[in-house]
Amino acid sequence: MKTLKNLLSKRILVLDGAMGTMLQAYKFNEEDFRGKRFSNHKIPLAGNNDLLSITQPKAIYDVHAKYLEAGADIIETNTFSGTSIAMADYALEDYVTELNVASAKIARQAADDFTAKNPNKPRFVAGSIGPTNKTASMSPDVNDPGYRAVLFNELKDAYSEQALALIEGGVDILMVETVFDTLNAKAALFAIDEIKENQQLDIPVMVSGTITDASGRTLSGQTVEAFLISISHIDLLSVGFNCALGADQLKPYVQRLGQNTDQFISAHPNAGLPNAFGAYDQTPSEMCELIESYMSDKLVNIVGGCCGSTPEHIKLLAQAAAKYKPRPIFQHV
Amino acid sequence: MSNVQKYLTLSGLEPLIVRPDTNFVNVGERTNVTGSRRFLRLIENDDYDTALEIARDQVDGGAQILDVNMDEGMIDGVAAMTRFLNLIQSEPDIARIPIMIDSSKWEIIEAGLQVVQGKCVVNSISLKEGEDVFISQAKKIRRYGAAVIVMAFDENGQADSLDRRIEICKRSYDILVNDVHFPPQDIIFDPNIFPVATGMDEHKNNALDFFQATKWIRENLPHAHVSGGVSNVSFSFRGNNTVREAMHASFLYHGIKHGLTMGIVNPTMLEVYDEIPKELLERVEDVLLNRRDDATERLLDFAEQVKGNTKAKSKNDLAWREQELQTRITHALVKGIDQFVVEDVEEARLSVKAPIEVIENFLMNGMNVVGDLFGSGKMFLPQVVKSARVMKKAVAYLLPYIEAEKSGKPEAAGKILMATVKGDVHDIGKNIVSVVLGCNNYEIIDLGVMVPPERIIETALKEQVDAIGLSGLITPSLDEMVYLVKELNKSGHDIPVMIGGATTSRAHTAVKIAPQYDHTVVHVNDASRAVTVVGNLLQPQTKAKYKADIREEYDDFRARFQQRSDHKTYVALAEARAQRLQIDFITQPPITPNQLGIQHFDQDLEVLVDYIDWTPFFRSWDLHGRYPDILTDDVVGTEATQLFEDAKAMLQQIIDGKLLQAKAVFGLFEANSNGQDDIEVTHNNQAYYFRTLRQQLLKSKGKPYRALSDYIAPTASGIQDYMGCFCVSTGFGTAELAKDFEARNDDYNSIMVKALADRLAEAFAEYLHKQVRTTHWGYQPQESLTNEELIKESYSGIRPAPGYPACPDHLEKETIWELLDVNNRIGVELTESLAMWPAASVSGYYFAHPEASYFGLGKITKEQVQDYATRKNITIEKAIQWLQPNLKE
Repeated sequence: MKTLKNLLSKRILVLDGAMGTMLQAYKFNEEDFRGKRFSNHKIPLAGNNDLLSITQPKAIYDVHAKYLEAGADIIETNTFSGTSIAMADYALEDYVTELNVASAKIARQAADDFTAKNPNKPRFVAGSIGPTNKTASMSPDVNDPGYRAVLFNELKDAYSEQALALIEGGVDILMVETVFDTLNAKAALFAIDEIKENQQLDIPVMVSGTITDASGRTLSGQTVEAFLISISHIDLLSVGFNCALGADQLKPYVQRLGQNTDQFISAHPNAGLPNAFGAYDQTPSEMCELIESYMSDKLVNIVGGCCGSTPEHIKLLAQAAAKYKPRPIFQHV
Repeated sequence: MSNVQKYLTLSGLEPLIVRPDTNFVNVGERTNVTGSRRFLRLIENDDYDTALEIARDQVDGGAQILDVNMDEGMIDGVAAMTRFLNLIQSEPDIARIPIMIDSSKWEIIEAGLQVVQGKCVVNSISLKEGEDVFISQAKKIRRYGAAVIVMAFDENGQADSLDRRIEICKRSYDILVNDVHFPPQDIIFDPNIFPVATGMDEHKNNALDFFQATKWIRENLPHAHVSGGVSNVSFSFRGNNTVREAMHASFLYHGIKHGLTMGIVNPTMLEVYDEIPKELLERVEDVLLNRRDDATERLLDFAEQVKGNTKAKSKNDLAWREQELQTRITHALVKGIDQFVVEDVEEARLSVKAPIEVIENFLMNGMNVVGDLFGSGKMFLPQVVKSARVMKKAVAYLLPYIEAEKSGKPEAAGKILMATVKGDVHDIGKNIVSVVLGCNNYEIIDLGVMVPPERIIETALKEQVDAIGLSGLITPSLDEMVYLVKELNKSGHDIPVMIGGATTSRAHTAVKIAPQYDHTVVHVNDASRAVTVVGNLLQPQTKAKYKADIREEYDDFRARFQQRSDHKTYVALAEARAQRLQIDFITQPPITPNQLGIQHFDQDLEVLVDYIDWTPFFRSWDLHGRYPDILTDDVVGTEATQLFEDAKAMLQQIIDGKLLQAKAVFGLFEANSNGQDDIEVTHNNQAYYFRTLRQQLLKSKGKPYRALSDYIAPTASGIQDYMGCFCVSTGFGTAELAKDFEARNDDYNSIMVKALADRLAEAFAEYLHKQVRTTHWGYQPQESLTNEELIKESYSGIRPAPGYPACPDHLEKETIWELLDVNNRIGVELTESLAMWPAASVSGYYFAHPEASYFGLGKITKEQVQDYATRKNITIEKAIQWLQPNLKE
């Protein structure tokens, strides 16, 4: 915790970019996703990127290595959907612990390999904790607004299982990210806070929300300020935004966040908005130019990329980040 | 410098930041079942749409935080809190502001915290139950991310002096900040606002103490805030809104000056400080600030002059007798005073040509005023019933004259048939509706209780009634109603049917009854709605639209209901049995009763009075609130107090005159469970079986699926266990007494007798249970609990009754009757729907194990119904017929 905080007060740290975009290039088929281990699994597994940490560990390591090579200080584990709730779609609830431990170990190995090469630039692993595919504040049934497809306690238990496994796998940070429903995030934070108390563990926690559109609100309807207030009861390393928007659309919200908090600020936007075919075509230099304005305006402490970003994007970001001072933080007494 | 100060920040969809320059945060308080009778009724009647409208009105009216409270005995607080808050989340205009989760029950608070994404305020926690509970709750609240209101309350009670307020707030603060690491800006103290001007010296400093405590907190407990329930301060001036509003305004003015940050205030009960007349303000502030010894007397004197309304007038004040005739008649009707009505009616009769005109003009004019006041919520049910008594008395006096003139009866607004359906004996609610409709000039044909469907239909057709009102209290009555409308449909008539009574609901009416009838069926949730509903049904110009609207509303409700019921998951019976409640009968072995076998006896009524739970008594009169708080309630306090006095007087009459007889039979037996949810009871070497039912609705991991048989040691354990059953009745004599009153046109007292008999029966059950615990079974010989603790069921062991949530199956009553030979021993009978006659009776089981607790069975699957039918050796059809309300859709 201390090392990270020290580093953050000295320079802007760089997160990695998209995992999914990179894995698409491998064109894995159903058989590749299954590997030998799951060859007899009853339902299709193609598209379950988290599973590749078990069935294609080499590919995952290679993606991490590319981002580290590009200059990322923090890499995220391949565990965006690693909860029993999200894994239920693939009937893989029973493998959640194994998946998270495996993903964490691969990222740990990659980070340690690069730290060993250059001890002056220590690398960190953030355990990625995604939003799951269900929302605790909204009803999926328009005719029954009081209905909820998932309850707080179910989320808390699922997040607890994931966080424990990530810690067991050796992550340095837990990152509750792509928060589109603040109540889901609060369940995750509740679980993490319990673990920290039970294990007497001081593991840093990052929270990154998602502003879904130009309304400037999360999917569950909160403004930037309300979102911030709703998650500030937990001691956080940083708070920020990722996904859904490109760097230009996201900037005003990152700015508003900074005006209301003394936490470190993170931002890892998408590489622009998706085109008609769902692909992202903001070039590394276009994206970097936009994010560089975050840095020159002293808005951020951590930058990175989300959907559509590649090692090339991160490489330029890392070069830019080295030129700027981080957003100053005033700790209160 | 830093961007962030230690301000109290809260959030809904939008932020609320309490800065030093924030004048005052007002908390909307109408979505609170303990404070708003209307909101309570909406929640009880499952009308969440309208309940949401109240929330919206609060937000539109400028509330910055929305207080939500679901603490009412008859409401499942956890479910209601969860549902209401979930619904609020779907309404962006409401969810905009932060929620104050208000409950005295931790499980309700926690349920609320689990469904709101924003940062809430918990209202409240305190040191009342000691530091351990306080710390553990505070820790969880912090982990859920909420601010907290801390009451100035500790192990020794509520703080009532400045020193105690300071002592408790300081101690609470230190624990929260130092041990729990609670952010100090998220702590809000409620240092107790108590009434002033009560006439008691020790209350003189109540407001001043609060102000000084507030100031002390703001100066000495860094970043902490202060809140309070403002209307408490003016309790002594209930009924005098002018004074109360001035007191609230002045209290807030001074409170804010001393550092009060937020408060629960009813904005309609608040005067603008600057507009308070100077003389009144001076006297109010003399009281609040305890500026002179005679402050209370001076304000009281002044209050007499500025009396905002006439409620507080003394009974003996006969000034109204000086008024002109119509005013006197109206006054008598509105106030329910029958003392002079004959004299006034006679005067009226002499002033008109035909005696019928007295009814059509003088009396109906008065009753219209009653109707308007009732309709606008300014009169309450017991008052209206008393008005009816006066009206009846007046009409009875006039009838001979009318008949002598052969001028015929006055024309009624419509003819309504009322009946309690076959097999059911409960009629208090039905009688109240009859009286209220009668007051509104409808002719009522009341067929009484246990009315067979053929008779209802035959009478309805013969009398050409305009509507039929069906009432029922026990669950089998629901099926009777379905059957009746089916038959009515066959007859081809289109008479509208109204459904009412405790087990009925809009849901059941919409889903089960309405589809069986091609014409109108409408659920009437309480007596006060009956007049409006009947008016709408009969109004020639608009009735067609009203009926179409009702049908559309029910069709829509049904569609939504059917969708909703699909979401629930049930576990197979075998799985539920495998996860039964596992009681350790070895470390906590059954206690052998002192006396096995059956006993029966007659009971002196006087002993039972102390065991009466009065809260449901008020509810039976449509007055909602907890006893004794209800007596001082802002809205219904005056009427509740009057009703309570009448009830006590009647109770004394009943006791002195031995007008009702109380009888009881009970038995304690050897018993064991068998692993198939049966309890085998042995008496005189003969075996009897109680077939219990097991919960099946999916629960979270580790929670047991309960059946009552879990509370009895299984045969396989080799441990001998015991259970009991009982039946008590205080209903002998009720019917005769009620008829007596009816013959004297006194519906008020007729209903009163029945309501009291019901309360006495419940009290008897409570009393007998205590005797069983301490003496006959003797498993708790040392017990000494106050009545309040009894009502809260603080004792060990339970007495569930067939037909209630743990064992909704009425059929098991037959086994109790057979085992105890109830008919022969005390004369209480079962009707074909298994209601008990006389109605004021209670029967049930006794379970003694300390782990035995009440639960609700909830819905069960057809699999269990089949299993139950097999165990009980009855047909599946019969089992379905009786378990229908609990059968999953």
